[in-house]
Amino acid sequence: MKKVISVLLIGLLSACASQTTQPTAEDKSAAQAAAPVAVADPNLNPILRDPNNILSKRSVYYDYDSFVVKNEYRPLVQAHAQYLRDNAGARVLLQGNADERGSREYNLALGQKRADSVRNAMTLSGAKDSQIEAVSLGEEKPRATGHDEASWAENRRTDIRYQGE
Amino acid sequence: MRTRSRQSSRHTFTLALLLWLISTPLQAALDIEIFGGGATQIPIAIAPFAGEEKLKQGITAVVAADLQRSGLFRLVDASGPVLRDPRQIVYPDWKNRGAAALVIGSTVVLPDGRVEVGFHLMDVAKQVQLTDHIMIVPADRLRAAAHQIADIIYEKLTGDVGVFSTRIAYVVKQGNKYALQVADADGFNAQSIIEYSEPIISPAWSPDGTQIAYVSFENKKPVVYVQTLATRARKAVANFKGSNSAPAWSPDGKKLAVVLSLQGGSQIFLVNADGSGLQRLSQSSGIDTEPNFSPDGQSIIFTSDRGGSPQIYRMPVTGTASGTAERLTFEGSYNVSPHHSRDGKSFVFIHRSGTRFNVAVQDLATRQVQLLTDSRFDESPSPAPNDKMILYATEVKGRGILAVVSSDGKTRQELSMQMGDVREPAWGPLPRVR
Repeated sequence: MKKVISVLLIGLLSACASQTTQPTAEDKSAAQAAAPVAVADPNLNPILRDPNNILSKRSVYYDYDSFVVKNEYRPLVQAHAQYLRDNAGARVLLQGNADERGSREYNLALGQKRADSVRNAMTLSGAKDSQIEAVSLGEEKPRATGHDEASWAENRRTDIRYQGE
Repeated sequence: MRTRSRQSSRHTFTLALLLWLISTPLQAALDIEIFGGGATQIPIAIAPFAGEEKLKQGITAVVAADLQRSGLFRLVDASGPVLRDPRQIVYPDWKNRGAAALVIGSTVVLPDGRVEVGFHLMDVAKQVQLTDHIMIVPADRLRAAAHQIADIIYEKLTGDVGVFSTRIAYVVKQGNKYALQVADADGFNAQSIIEYSEPIISPAWSPDGTQIAYVSFENKKPVVYVQTLATRARKAVANFKGSNSAPAWSPDGKKLAVVLSLQGGSQIFLVNADGSGLQRLSQSSGIDTEPNFSPDGQSIIFTSDRGGSPQIYRMPVTGTASGTAERLTFEGSYNVSPHHSRDGKSFVFIHRSGTRFNVAVQDLATRQVQLLTDSRFDESPSPAPNDKMILYATEVKGRGILAVVSSDGKTRQELSMQMGDVREPAWGPLPRVR
């Protein structure tokens, strides 16, 4: 039964992503304006997952109340920007995060600032804006679930995810 | 990915949703604990409704709990012989018990299975009837009848409209499962509207109570949906590139204010309720979020960091002045989450001082601010439709719960789930037909 549920859940999620109600013309164009949802891609370059390659590093961390990409993360961001420059078909989703303190919607906007900071650094290094979608997860998907400074520091973060992952 | 017909996708959706609901062991009811007491409470005795022992659902306890939860009533011992008629009342007895008001009622099961419920509200000191009422309801609507009775009593004795027949929406997180639920204002009859393994935030009731807008992360990014409660049909009304969030309905139900990162930063836009007709509203280079319409639909209050720290601003929605904003909060460095009162004269919000986040209210005319709570991590304040109570999310021992505070800050009640974290409450509108 559990297997059936999880299979149907995947069906549910993909059905919801595309067609839960009668889509109107406006609904379709809004969906097209959004970045494509990641689909399984057997052609994803293994270099992106090679632990010896900087491209396998996907997280940028921030100081408290800050949205600036620190110097120590600049090589990482530039490496991904270069990959995007060299691979016109590659797409990334940048997910910004914030720690849990305060309003959820305001934290969503703070996470957006962090994702935008990485996008700006990438486009300045030559990646195309059309290859990048910057979004926020706010405080909703914390990697560290403690209520202390160490956890909060872990959650002030932008993650880089390639389409196909 | 193999394509499948639209028909089978819809069937898959419905079937999966049903399986979700059956298989999910989420606790249905909210428990309610009451703390503190109001300054002046009306002592009221509610005699057990005659004949209710024959019913599957009693009336008396629901009425009593509603009135007590409002913080404006103190229940007086009502034990004794069953009273069906005001002529049976021995007033000195009730006066000795300290009651200022007395409710007597009765229930009769009709031949067709429906139930006739009647009650009398009496003034003990003057020994006169204040009001009486009879209603006939289906047997599965007895709780609703009791809430209606509590509303009538509340209105007669306080002069304010009762909110006991309203509903609340909120999000429950258990493990990695999230559910958007709607329950009666007393926590009963909780039903899941939607459930996923990705977060749901910011539920917002349409003004007529038939739809709820919310933000879902099921697509790995925030998207605003509007879902019709009766049919479960839903539509993505803001699914643009970047993040889409913070839905707020206009009072006429025709538009939603939303926050998009589509044009950079986080900015407030207006969109029609069907997702068409996008129009930018705010103009700053930073964060403008958490829009909330005034009851007359002419302005919105919102959170903005354009001044260097998150504060609450107001701006007109229409006309040439659109876009110019007036700052409303000046105390402290963090004031967010504004919600107008239903009468438009004040707004509740979250104020941070030191490391505490508390519910506060500001009078729009006098600009005076009053803190209403003294807990540590309060969020998402939502006023009741009579502005007498504010529903909000808070934390006790690391667990998220909902609480209600009276508008004068004197009475507080906690609503706690048996399991999981509860957050993001939204108080629904007054029912259209009573």
